[in-house]
Amino acid sequence: MNYRAIRAIYLFEMARTWRTLLQSIVSPVVSTSLYFVVFGAAIGSRITEVEGVSYGTFIVPGLVMLSVLTQSISNASFGIYFPKFAGTIYEILSAPISYFEIVIGYVGAAATKSIILGLIILATAGLFVPLHIQHPVWMLTFLVLTAVTFSLFGFIIGIWADGFEKLQMIPMLVVTPLTFLGGSFYSVNMLPSGWRTLTLFNPVVYLISGFRWSFYEIADVSVGLSLGMTAGFLMACMVIVAWIFRTGYRLKN
Amino acid sequence: MSPIISVSNLSKSYGSGFKALNGVNLDIVKGEIFALLGPNGAGKTTLISIICGIANPSEGRISIGGHDIIRDYRAARSMIGLVPQELHTDAFESVWATVSFSRGLFGKPKNPDHIEKVLRDLSLWDKKDSKIITLSGGMKRRVMIAKALSHEPQILFLDEPTAGVDVELRKGMWEVVRKLQASGVTIILTTHYIEEAEEMADRIGVINKGEIILIEDKATLMQKLGKKELTLQLQNKLDAIPAALAAYNLELSEDGHAVTYDYDTKGDRTGITSLLNDLRNAGVRISDLDTRQSSLEDIFVSLVRAP
Repeated sequence: MNYRAIRAIYLFEMARTWRTLLQSIVSPVVSTSLYFVVFGAAIGSRITEVEGVSYGTFIVPGLVMLSVLTQSISNASFGIYFPKFAGTIYEILSAPISYFEIVIGYVGAAATKSIILGLIILATAGLFVPLHIQHPVWMLTFLVLTAVTFSLFGFIIGIWADGFEKLQMIPMLVVTPLTFLGGSFYSVNMLPSGWRTLTLFNPVVYLISGFRWSFYEIADVSVGLSLGMTAGFLMACMVIVAWIFRTGYRLKN
Repeated sequence: MSPIISVSNLSKSYGSGFKALNGVNLDIVKGEIFALLGPNGAGKTTLISIICGIANPSEGRISIGGHDIIRDYRAARSMIGLVPQELHTDAFESVWATVSFSRGLFGKPKNPDHIEKVLRDLSLWDKKDSKIITLSGGMKRRVMIAKALSHEPQILFLDEPTAGVDVELRKGMWEVVRKLQASGVTIILTTHYIEEAEEMADRIGVINKGEIILIEDKATLMQKLGKKELTLQLQNKLDAIPAALAAYNLELSEDGHAVTYDYDTKGDRTGITSLLNDLRNAGVRISDLDTRQSSLEDIFVSLVRAP
C-alpha cells in the first residue's frame, strides 16, 4: 500500500474542505435550521406526535440523513470531477498508486467531511429539540455506512459526469426527491397502503428508518433489513467503482 | 547497456478507428537527453501518455528500468516525473502545497529540504506561498516542473516544456535540464522548437503519423543529412540562369541579384570550383558570397514532407 499517497490525497481534499469552510459547513447548518423553523414550528404545531415522539424530535434523524446523503454525493463527486475538469487528474493517473488507494483517499475525505457535518447538524438540532439517542453505536454505524456509501456513489457520478450539469443532475433529480419521499419528514406508516408499498422501493427509506431506530427505537422497516439494504448498496457501488477502474471508463482513453 | 525505457511494438487505436501510434519501437538510454520531434498530431503526447500510465496501450509492451508498466506499475511509475503540455494546476493551492502533494502522491517521505532546493533551482522560492492562480504562465510551467521533480524521478518527461515561454526563461529551463542530466536523470522532451532539440538533445527521434521514422544521434544526423548552401550575391541583375550553368541547379533570387547553390560536404567533389569558373566564363560577376549549414529544422521539414 502506498500510504503516503492515500494520506496526500486525503489531506489535500480535507484542505479543500477547510478552505471552503463557509459553503461546506455553514450553509447546510443554516438550511437545517430553516427546516426546523418551517417543519418543526409550522407543521409540528399540527402534527404533535409521531409514534410517541414529538414531531420536531421525530424529523431530526431524517434531517441529518438528508444532509449526509446530499453532502456525501456532492463532496465526492466534486472531489474527483474537478481534477478531471482542470486536467490535474494526469498526476493521479501517473502516480504509483492503485485504484483502491485513490478511492480510499477521495471517498475517505468526502465521507469524513459529511460525518463531521452530520454531527454538527445533530448538535444544531439539539438546540431546537431535546435529543436522546438510544443506540449511539448503531447511530454512528449507520452514519458512517451511509456517508461512505453515498460518497462512493458520488465518486461514481463525478467520474461519469462530463459537464457541470450532469454533476448536478443526479443529486437534484434523483437523490433529493428520494430523500424527501423517503420518510425524512414523516413516517412511512402514515401513508395510504398503495403509496406505502411504492415507498418501499425507495432505498433511502431503509437508511432513514434504520438511522431513526438508533435514536428512538421506532422504525418503518426492520433494522436488519435497513442494515442489509445499506450494505447491499455499498457493495453495488464498490462493484461499479472496481469496474470503472478496471476499464478506465471516462478516466483513460 | 540495457535501456532505461524500452517500448516495443506499441500501437494505439481509438474507437473511431484512428490509429494514433503504429508499431512504435523505442529504446531510451540511461542518462541521455532524447528529443522527440514531430508535427502536431504525430503521436508525441499519446506516446508519453501511454508510457506514464495516463492512456492504455492497444498493443505492445513498455518497460521502465526493467519493470513492465502494467504488471509492475508501482515500480515503473515511481521512476518517472511527467510535465504535461497543458498547464494543469490546482488554481487555489499554494506552490509549496501542490509540490509537496506531488511528493506524497509518489510515496516519498516528506523532505522540505528537497522541495526547497527544487523551488530555488526553478526560481520559485519567493513564490512558494503564492496561490498558483496568481502566477504567470511561465511560472505555472515551472510549478509543473517542480511537481515532477518533487519525488526525485530518474526519468523526466517534458512535453513541449517551453511552449509559450519567453526566450530568457527558455534558456533558464535548458540550464535546469542540463543540471538534471548531470545528476544522472534521463530526459525525454518533445518540442516544436527545433533549436531546442538542436541545443539540448543527445539523440533525436522523429515521429510522424504515429510511426517513428528516424532515430539518430544528433551529431550523426546533422552530419549525415547536413547539406550546405552557397549564396552568391551578384553585381548585376540576372534575368535568368545562363544555359551554360543549368547543370548546377542554381536558384535565382526574386530580385535577380543572388543565386544559391546546394552542395554536400560529404561528397567527393563539392563542385564549387567549377561553378565559380563557369560563372566567370558566363560573365557573371560576384560581389559577395556566403555559406550556410542546413539546420535540424530543414532536416526535419524534409523528413516529414517526404512521401
